[in-house]
Amino acid sequence: MHGMIGTPKIAARHVCKVYPGVDGPMVALDDFSLDVADGEFVSVIGPSGCGKSTFLRMVAGLDTISSGTIEIARGKAGRPLNSVVFQEYAIFPWKTVIENVAFGLLMRGVSRPERLAVARGWLDRVGLAKFAAYYPHQISGGMKQRVGIVRALANDPEVLLMDEPLGALDAQTRLVLQDELMRIWEETRKTVVYITHSLDEAVLLSDRVILMSAQPGRLLATFDIDLPRPRSAATMNTPRFSEYREMIWSRLSGEVARAMEQQQ
Amino acid sequence: MTADRRAILLLLVLSIGLNLGLAAIGLWRTLSWLVIPASFVLLVLICERAGRLVPMRGRSVYERALALGFPAAVLLLWQVAGDTGLINTTWFPQPSRILAGLWDLTVNYDRFSKASLIGRPWLIPQYFAEGGLAGVWTLLAESHVLATVGRVLAGFVLGAVPGILLGVVMGINQTVRLMLDTTLSAVYVLPKIAIFPIVMLIFADPFGEGPKILVVALAVFILMTINTMAAVRGIDRIYLMAGRNYGATGWQMMRHVILPGALPVIFSGLRIALGTAMIVIISVEFLRAKQGVGFITFYYWEVLNPEKMYAGLIVVMLLGVVLTYGLQWLQKRLIPWQR
Repeated sequence: MHGMIGTPKIAARHVCKVYPGVDGPMVALDDFSLDVADGEFVSVIGPSGCGKSTFLRMVAGLDTISSGTIEIARGKAGRPLNSVVFQEYAIFPWKTVIENVAFGLLMRGVSRPERLAVARGWLDRVGLAKFAAYYPHQISGGMKQRVGIVRALANDPEVLLMDEPLGALDAQTRLVLQDELMRIWEETRKTVVYITHSLDEAVLLSDRVILMSAQPGRLLATFDIDLPRPRSAATMNTPRFSEYREMIWSRLSGEVARAMEQQQ
Repeated sequence: MTADRRAILLLLVLSIGLNLGLAAIGLWRTLSWLVIPASFVLLVLICERAGRLVPMRGRSVYERALALGFPAAVLLLWQVAGDTGLINTTWFPQPSRILAGLWDLTVNYDRFSKASLIGRPWLIPQYFAEGGLAGVWTLLAESHVLATVGRVLAGFVLGAVPGILLGVVMGINQTVRLMLDTTLSAVYVLPKIAIFPIVMLIFADPFGEGPKILVVALAVFILMTINTMAAVRGIDRIYLMAGRNYGATGWQMMRHVILPGALPVIFSGLRIALGTAMIVIISVEFLRAKQGVGFITFYYWEVLNPEKMYAGLIVVMLLGVVLTYGLQWLQKRLIPWQR
């Protein structure tokens, strides 16, 4: 159990997801178990279609579980259990930047001055303060995802669920946001489940990387990433980083090949 | 002289020569179906070459000149064709005569039908002095334009509000959608004028305002129901997921996610519905009304006064433009996030 003390923050036990298909039921996720400790940053990586996004949506309660259980331990009362950062940003085009960030607080009935103060504080931290009154179509993709990230953080959830949050961004914006994400996480130490396609991103950001198999998604291997924090983009140039990268890729590449064969 | 200038000159000579030449040998009328499109193509070629000679800063003037100049040129041609007897002015009176008819309608009171086009607003002070607000009301009540606008707006609101409400319900509830969708599609294609006789029967006063407003409302209602249902169903699922994940339920979901998400499509629906409402009210007024823009249009056709019939058509178009602007103004206020 990776040296875990006490009850885990997220406990997923024997989770299965089965979709009814034309040629009989299709198993997307098969007997998947995962414990995430409080304050741990866990990445889930695997070939396309391995069910990693499905797993995240089940943790978020946005998708039904076919069998098994997923539990999130509640800490402070009144706190939301989870907040999701979506790959497609999913910030509301009809709300201004600050209204988007304050959305979760509004839904929980937090007073207007308080929620605006919290939202403004978060916008400040990602350098978006002067865009508070803008509508999403007026800002760039990188800014949109910053809004998506601080919308989740302003909601102060027990756990943060990130579904390929940087997947839709160009390579350079991606690097900048990786850095910001690292900085914010060092400050907040939220429990994070992070779904990604990017091996670099997974190794750089995580305490632990979970490798999933091609469909049906099963837990294939777990890698503890023992790189010193605080980390930065420079961490990617260290030999230790390359070692982790090689180690995980040697397992992952086979799965990717298998997934490609399946799709043909 | 540049190549463009030479080309413009050549094309001008060609188009004028084509028209005058054919007119001279008496074939213009027989071949008009071919000459008119050919002349139009030549005109487009001339304007495109002329556009290349326009400097960058004169661009907006040039574009406006094209947009306003072409319809003005068509009206001018119509005028000239009428004045020279090229077209039968009994049925196609020149724009000048139509304008005169419109002016005549605007300033004069029709004693026979006890009505005027816009209600003689210059008499308001006098009527107010004599009869107070009631006096002003008798003036407004005689207006054809206000009668039509009143019916359209009343019918529009009475149809759009319940239409949007039912559309939202059908958008989110599959049972209601399955129950009503086929029926709505069937009623949608039915020309509303065809059920006007039945609508008249519902009312104690079949010749009053009630049936006219209801038939407009019905047309708008059906259209807005179908449109709003599509608008709600078209909202990207990711926004519904985000709304749910951030704790929105029931009414919150409706107010913060579904309604704003559907609003842009609802507004394009309202614009189409406005056009439909105009079509319905004008045809109803053709059929059975003692007042209204549709009524005067048809009335002056029946008494063989085509100038005033055309004047009526112009008023219909102006109303369409004004009402559409009103809707766009509302859209800018309600959807500030739209580019």
